[in-house]
Amino acid sequence: MAAITITNVSKTYPGAAAPSISDINLTIQDGEFIVLVGPSGCGKSTLLRMVAGLEEITVGEVKIGDRVVNNVDPADRDIAMVFQNYALYPHMSVRENMAYGLKNRKTPKAEIEARVAEAARMLELGPYLDRKPRALSGGQRQRVAMGRAVVRQPAAFLFDEPLSNLDAKLRVSMRGEIRRLQKRLATTSLYVTHDQLEAMTLADRLVVLNAGRIEQVGAPLEIYHRPATTFVASFIGAPAMNLLDAEVDGSRLRIGSHVIDARRNMAGQGAITLGIRAEDLHPSATGLPFKVDFVEELGAQRLVHGLIDGQALVLILDPHLPLQDELRLSVNSDKLHLFDILSGRRLEHPQTAANGIPVPA
Amino acid sequence: MNRIRPLDHLILILGTLFMVMPVVVAIMTSTHTAVEIHTGGLQILPGNDGYDTYQTVLTRQGGFTGQVTGARMVMNSLILGLGFAIGKIVLSMAAAYALVYFRFRFATLMFWVIFTTLLLPLEVRIMPSYQVMSQLGLLNSYTGLILPLLASATGTFYFRQFFKSIPDELLEAARIDGAGPVKFFIDVILPLSKTMMAAIFIIMFVYGWNQYLWPMLMTTDERFFTLMRGIKQILQVWVGSQIPDYNEAFALAVLALLPPVLVVVVFQRWFIKGLTESDK
Repeated sequence: MAAITITNVSKTYPGAAAPSISDINLTIQDGEFIVLVGPSGCGKSTLLRMVAGLEEITVGEVKIGDRVVNNVDPADRDIAMVFQNYALYPHMSVRENMAYGLKNRKTPKAEIEARVAEAARMLELGPYLDRKPRALSGGQRQRVAMGRAVVRQPAAFLFDEPLSNLDAKLRVSMRGEIRRLQKRLATTSLYVTHDQLEAMTLADRLVVLNAGRIEQVGAPLEIYHRPATTFVASFIGAPAMNLLDAEVDGSRLRIGSHVIDARRNMAGQGAITLGIRAEDLHPSATGLPFKVDFVEELGAQRLVHGLIDGQALVLILDPHLPLQDELRLSVNSDKLHLFDILSGRRLEHPQTAANGIPVPA
Repeated sequence: MNRIRPLDHLILILGTLFMVMPVVVAIMTSTHTAVEIHTGGLQILPGNDGYDTYQTVLTRQGGFTGQVTGARMVMNSLILGLGFAIGKIVLSMAAAYALVYFRFRFATLMFWVIFTTLLLPLEVRIMPSYQVMSQLGLLNSYTGLILPLLASATGTFYFRQFFKSIPDELLEAARIDGAGPVKFFIDVILPLSKTMMAAIFIIMFVYGWNQYLWPMLMTTDERFFTLMRGIKQILQVWVGSQIPDYNEAFALAVLALLPPVLVVVVFQRWFIKGLTESDK
């Protein structure tokens, strides 16, 4: 068990002009489940691999517990990693796969056996212990890979997109298993994924990365409800948050000619980006005119795509309501997210920022 | 399901006969006496002298010094074949392991240098090789026979390609599991390479077994004669009215055939098993 501290870490690949990771600062508490999420190429795997010791750290410092591990061999960092393609040794049985790391560390035989048996019980791998990985299904292989990490009893688990190779249904159940396992073992975990749903459901805290930088760190709901940038707003949540060009004109917020909010202390002035979650838009008698374009039925809800003042918008409607070609929409004014049109940063209304929940940058 | 079609089988049977008949003729002919062969040509039915001929071939002291027997030649050929195959596998695996898994300067350049030696077969460099061995005092020795031919571009190339196909994550997992370079090689690479090793072993054993030119140059001492030379030797004896010992030449040829066939049969099983079992 240990905290992981990442201080001013940057990574530039040899020959690359720009750094792949720049100036990351992150503290992971002991026992915390942190999910690194971002689009492909954002550097999340690189960051994880730097913690694992599989990539060199160009600048900065990574500490596991109280120890700076920049120049420590991966084997001596007291971490265990689960890979996307499982990376099981194909010629070894499940038992040997799990025992290999312990054997190399000269763990006594009896203890290896006990730990493997315990991990097998926990992951329901008992019947498969003597099988080779090729005789297992994808989900079972992934469980073996997790078992290999668990038997080591490391200070931290590192997961590199462990569920990406599984089919959708299995992914959901494995997600639950990972969460349960981590809760039970209370081992510090760093988990990389590009799937925002996976990130939301697993994380104690989310780290949203974009182009090698941290966009936002926070609890899943905090990030969902108060995205710090337009990038986070469009990345977290499905369907993505609607981002519209709007204008603040004195104390009024307008889309085209339609005023949707008016208050004394309006954040920003002039052109801004307005974010509205699809579920925060409701049909009403008066309000924004909305022209329905097409509909996606999801069963429990209905995604309606359409246009407001020529700008594309999605909203979630109750499937029981009859569909019309034109709707009028209203939105609660505290469900509006305002972003700077250039930097994409969130703008807070002065008064809400003062007495609202403190927001980490 | 496919129906069994007679035409397919006819073609298969014809093909098999085409490949097998020469071997059958050689075996059958070797069981006749030299006189019968000289007068009657190649034989397709078994004769009565098979046992005697093979016994003579294996045990008769022949050559100028009268020291070399067929058994001795079989042994020499085996030493050469096994030495080649094992030596080449060890050496090319080590080279490929270094090329693929260790980052050092000029690794790619080195690979291409090794690769271009494919363009220089033994025959091209046979004189310098001979001179080096001669100056090292290794003429007439097994070391001298085997050592200069051990470096194998083919083997290195095959193993390099194979190692490259092993997912990087396996190496990373092993690193996290605390396996150093040697342990990783022994615990992971070696077991995974079994099929490759079997394939290379077949090729290299047959290559070593069939060497003719190099042993002929390297060894003047008849104790180091290989089967290939023995066959030639028998047919060269054409003194006066003596009929060449065709039967013995055929017997030796059949003997020369057996070990490679055995190697192929044994290792092919291993090879195919490996191919069908792995899923990557």
